[in-house]
Amino acid sequence: MAKQSSFGNMLVVLTVITVITGALLGYVYNITKEPIALSKKLKQENAVKEVAPDFDNSPIEEAYTVTINGLDLTVFPAEKEGKKAGAAVQSKTSIGFGGEISVMVGFNADGTIRNYRVLSHAETPGLGSKMEEWFRTDKGDQSVLGKNPATDNLTVKKDGGSVDAITAATISSRAFLDAIANAYAAYTNNDATTSATTQTGKEASHE
Amino acid sequence: MNKFKIILNGIITENPTFVLLLGMCPTLATTSSAMNGMSMGLATMFVLICSNIVISLIKDIVPDKVRIPCYIVVIATFVTILQMCMEAYVPDLYESLGLFIPLIVVNCIVLGRAEAFAAKNNAFDSMLDGVGIGIGFTIALTILGSVRELLGTGKIFNIGIYPEQYGSLIFVLAPGAFIALGYLIAIVNKLKTK
Repeated sequence: MAKQSSFGNMLVVLTVITVITGALLGYVYNITKEPIALSKKLKQENAVKEVAPDFDNSPIEEAYTVTINGLDLTVFPAEKEGKKAGAAVQSKTSIGFGGEISVMVGFNADGTIRNYRVLSHAETPGLGSKMEEWFRTDKGDQSVLGKNPATDNLTVKKDGGSVDAITAATISSRAFLDAIANAYAAYTNNDATTSATTQTGKEASHE
Repeated sequence: MNKFKIILNGIITENPTFVLLLGMCPTLATTSSAMNGMSMGLATMFVLICSNIVISLIKDIVPDKVRIPCYIVVIATFVTILQMCMEAYVPDLYESLGLFIPLIVVNCIVLGRAEAFAAKNNAFDSMLDGVGIGIGFTIALTILGSVRELLGTGKIFNIGIYPEQYGSLIFVLAPGAFIALGYLIAIVNKLKTK
């Protein structure tokens, strides 16, 4: 069976094996690099398309980052025929039951929530994970679609708000609404101050 | 040994999950649905077959004292290749299995078969052993995943059998994995002693 071990042959065999496997991995990495980047980009694009209002610009290329409560949020501005139509905001919160929750939230131009999509979360399956559908199901006071975070009090009823929390998952609901609030803060932040600067930034990058 | 017997051995006599009780970590963690269980089984099968073949080919040149590191490097290479390919071509599946793909490296089934079978047999037999054990593992995970998905959400492979609200959530969560696995092993043992 196996050979007697000596310092020499152990060194040679281990070196040869690691070199071969290293080369093989590098080769596969090169082949899969592009498809991986592509599928990540596609996923982001699909999420933006799903939640943002109709647009004819390219939100992905015009995206910019806003820092809210210490979290870096990405805003994808949507424009239709040169006019501002709203935006998709990749928002997150760190107060979820299982840690971070990442949500793509779409806003209409007037600030109402158009749609959302949960990108990643670690909430309890069957309880907190229901947020993927719960907050857009038109039943009781549980939907947040069409609401405006500035005028409607978008917190769970337990906290004095107007939204029905997910049954047995109040913490997850709270976290989700926190992510929505962060998204709205990032979106309005753009309205007030940064739209001019991003415009120039975009032109600069085209040159 | 009869070639057919080698495959059958992995599926029934030495089924890694129900008889050898190896690789419990991915078994319990990834079987929250039938689809996840089956994909995890197939992913492990791919690694098993490849690593068994390579290890049986290099077994004569690898010095005894460094054989475990060598085997682990070979296994880790195949797992990483699998991981990159899955991320590139089936991103959804990659996301739902998440951390458990890289963890195939430390799955004791893979190293166990390398030590117990591939290091003593030729490449063709080792491949058959990989196929057998792989199928056995896949079947076990698919059954376990189906049971948990059915009892937990009323579906199998996302096809509704009965309304979801009658499902008992515990079977999708970790405790349900232990309960379901325990009963499945009991059933298998009962059938085997007959």
